[in-house]
Amino acid sequence: MPGKIGRVPMPSQDPAERKKGFSEVALGYTAEMAAQEASRCLNCKVPQCVKGCPVEINIPGFIKAISDNDLAQAAKILKDKNNLPAVCGRVCPQESQCEAKCIVGIKGEPVAIGRLERFVADWEREQGVSLPEKAPGKEQKVAIVGSGPAGLTAAADLAKLGYQVTVFEALHTPGGVLMYGIPEFRLPKAIVQQEIDYIRQLGVDIQVDAVVGKFASVDELLAEGYDAVFIGTGAGLPNFMNIPGENLNGIYSANEFLTRTNLMKAYQFPEYGTPIKVGKRVAVIGAGNVAMDAARTALRLGAEESYIIYRRSEAEMPARHEEIEHAREEGVQFKLLTSPVAYKGDENGNVTSMVLQRFELGEPDASGRRSPIPIPGSEYEQKIDTVVVAIGQGPNPLVPRTTPGLVLTRKGNIQADEETGQTSREGIFAGGDIVTGAATVILAMGAGKRAARAIDKYLQSLCKD
Amino acid sequence: MFSIVRKENLAANLYLFEVEAGRIAGKAEAGQFIIVRQDEKAERIPLTIADFSREKGTITLIFQVVGASTSKLSELEAGEHILDMVGPLGVPSEIENYGTVVCIGGGVGIAPIHPIARALKGAGNRVISIIGARNKELLFWREEMRAVSDELLIATDDGSEGRKGFVTDVLKEVLEKEEVTQIWAIGPMIMMKNVAEATKEKGIKTIVSLNPIMVDGTGMCGACRVGVGEETKFACVDGPEFDGHQVDWELALQRSRFFRAEEQQSMEHHQRCGGGACRCREK
Repeated sequence: MPGKIGRVPMPSQDPAERKKGFSEVALGYTAEMAAQEASRCLNCKVPQCVKGCPVEINIPGFIKAISDNDLAQAAKILKDKNNLPAVCGRVCPQESQCEAKCIVGIKGEPVAIGRLERFVADWEREQGVSLPEKAPGKEQKVAIVGSGPAGLTAAADLAKLGYQVTVFEALHTPGGVLMYGIPEFRLPKAIVQQEIDYIRQLGVDIQVDAVVGKFASVDELLAEGYDAVFIGTGAGLPNFMNIPGENLNGIYSANEFLTRTNLMKAYQFPEYGTPIKVGKRVAVIGAGNVAMDAARTALRLGAEESYIIYRRSEAEMPARHEEIEHAREEGVQFKLLTSPVAYKGDENGNVTSMVLQRFELGEPDASGRRSPIPIPGSEYEQKIDTVVVAIGQGPNPLVPRTTPGLVLTRKGNIQADEETGQTSREGIFAGGDIVTGAATVILAMGAGKRAARAIDKYLQSLCKD
Repeated sequence: MFSIVRKENLAANLYLFEVEAGRIAGKAEAGQFIIVRQDEKAERIPLTIADFSREKGTITLIFQVVGASTSKLSELEAGEHILDMVGPLGVPSEIENYGTVVCIGGGVGIAPIHPIARALKGAGNRVISIIGARNKELLFWREEMRAVSDELLIATDDGSEGRKGFVTDVLKEVLEKEEVTQIWAIGPMIMMKNVAEATKEKGIKTIVSLNPIMVDGTGMCGACRVGVGEETKFACVDGPEFDGHQVDWELALQRSRFFRAEEQQSMEHHQRCGGGACRCREK
């Protein structure tokens, strides 16, 4: 009877073992597990789960195909809407999206949609990915700025529609946050690479080492013959707290800490040329997914103690529940209602301690969360060797600064229509974190998808003129 | 892949590469830099653009061997390739007609000062250039600098060429007889600090070009934080040029030393395993 049995647990590496290395923590379902989990789906006539999916996957459809033991069909249904299923199956916050709406979840545990998505995507990868049918080739050219989740999704969808798509990536490897930000143990880079290879096979030209705003501006791309431009440059500007001592050695932004580790493979130093230095006691400031990634990475780089320092309480932590649990299992310690007010260092400028202040919770603030109020006189000092500041990222200003006429928000994000990604400039669209501020992979993908649709409409309207 | 079309060994441990990089050459301006990643396992390192030719689509890099990455880079020959090169990065020098300007290049800093002097000369300034090094063997580009300067002065620590002493000594003499509006100084951090100190009380604006530790070079990581006045700036996107009188030199020096032990370790690894002569597998 569907729904009556509990959801099949995800096999994962033992915490004591896994924190010694960077191999993937969650191991994935076997075919038997997937079949059993798929049997829990009610195959609702009016599926609520689909409404919770930013990229509109036919969820009951692909789960039914698993039950029918037609995995090729399941993969086809997934790929019809989602160009990066192996990524989404791993990093989407399903518990607040599709699975939050699952009818089975009302009385019991929802169907494990994310785990099933991952199972199908991994199965397909092992078989060798097949390419979808593409629309006949069109003459029109689209430039995509940034190859993160938003840019890759827009690129893939536009290529499927027959457009000539070029993606410009600033770093030496495409993938954006999927490559530099999310750690190997949560999202293996070989998997991201294969998803990117798939997008290349769709005919998308990806150019790396290409910083738009430097080698060419958006306007120069338009003048060069691109008919439309999509900006998906993400939230690439690390926030600091601007407190005394924050520039001491050993205090990294989360972006630097994770980029050195993930993109540059500093955990294989000196075989790989990029170093990273991690002391015995590491403090990560913030409690979002990036903070959890940093705290768990620190353990893998040899930290004996890894702390999450957060000024609110557990209930307000923005990270996914699963990430918090994984961090806790691995031994990450949580210092809540606490925040640094200053750092102190030695004569070489290396951080040696932080001054922490205690907080209590007051009335809910604009975000709806109870606001943290510092307790006067509660400051105390704690010895620390390494600090990672993970309190969010702002929009990278390189593209906005070099694109005249682009209307920005007060925070410097690009103003764009939520449904179409249309900016204040004709022919220029934007989506993902550069518009919304730091959010999730899947929301960026949703924005890329909607923008692709709007760009298609816009380019068709040009043809009629 | 970026092809090296010319390699010169300018002095001991000092190399020049002219590299095919049309996209960068097309946009490069004086004062900007690029980031190089030599191969799949290499670090990303920032190098200032010493020259560029829009016609040929090439840029010229001059670098000193200071660690494993630059040592490995110096082993490449003309005809070989660099895997990744990205740029032009950073804000170009603010070039206008200031009147009389002084351009100071110390050691490998002679390379990046060259296009700045050229641009300033082109804008109508009277350009006095001062180049210096420990000894004459480490000096280079005398003719190139002379061609873009109204006057070229030389200093060496040991007196083997030009005036015996530091570039700051020469600068002090220049400032005694010339009405100088603005100064650019590029070279070792300690030289830039000394120049800035020498000009501070005279109130002559002194621009320095910082080369801190960087990773992405696009403002994403904040490794290159520098204290400028009361603010923290990112050298990669806000710089690399800053007002030398505002720079927190102590912080800059400390931050530049953070990975010193790892640099040593990397060099040892390179000497043991680099250059195709790895002996670790012989065991």
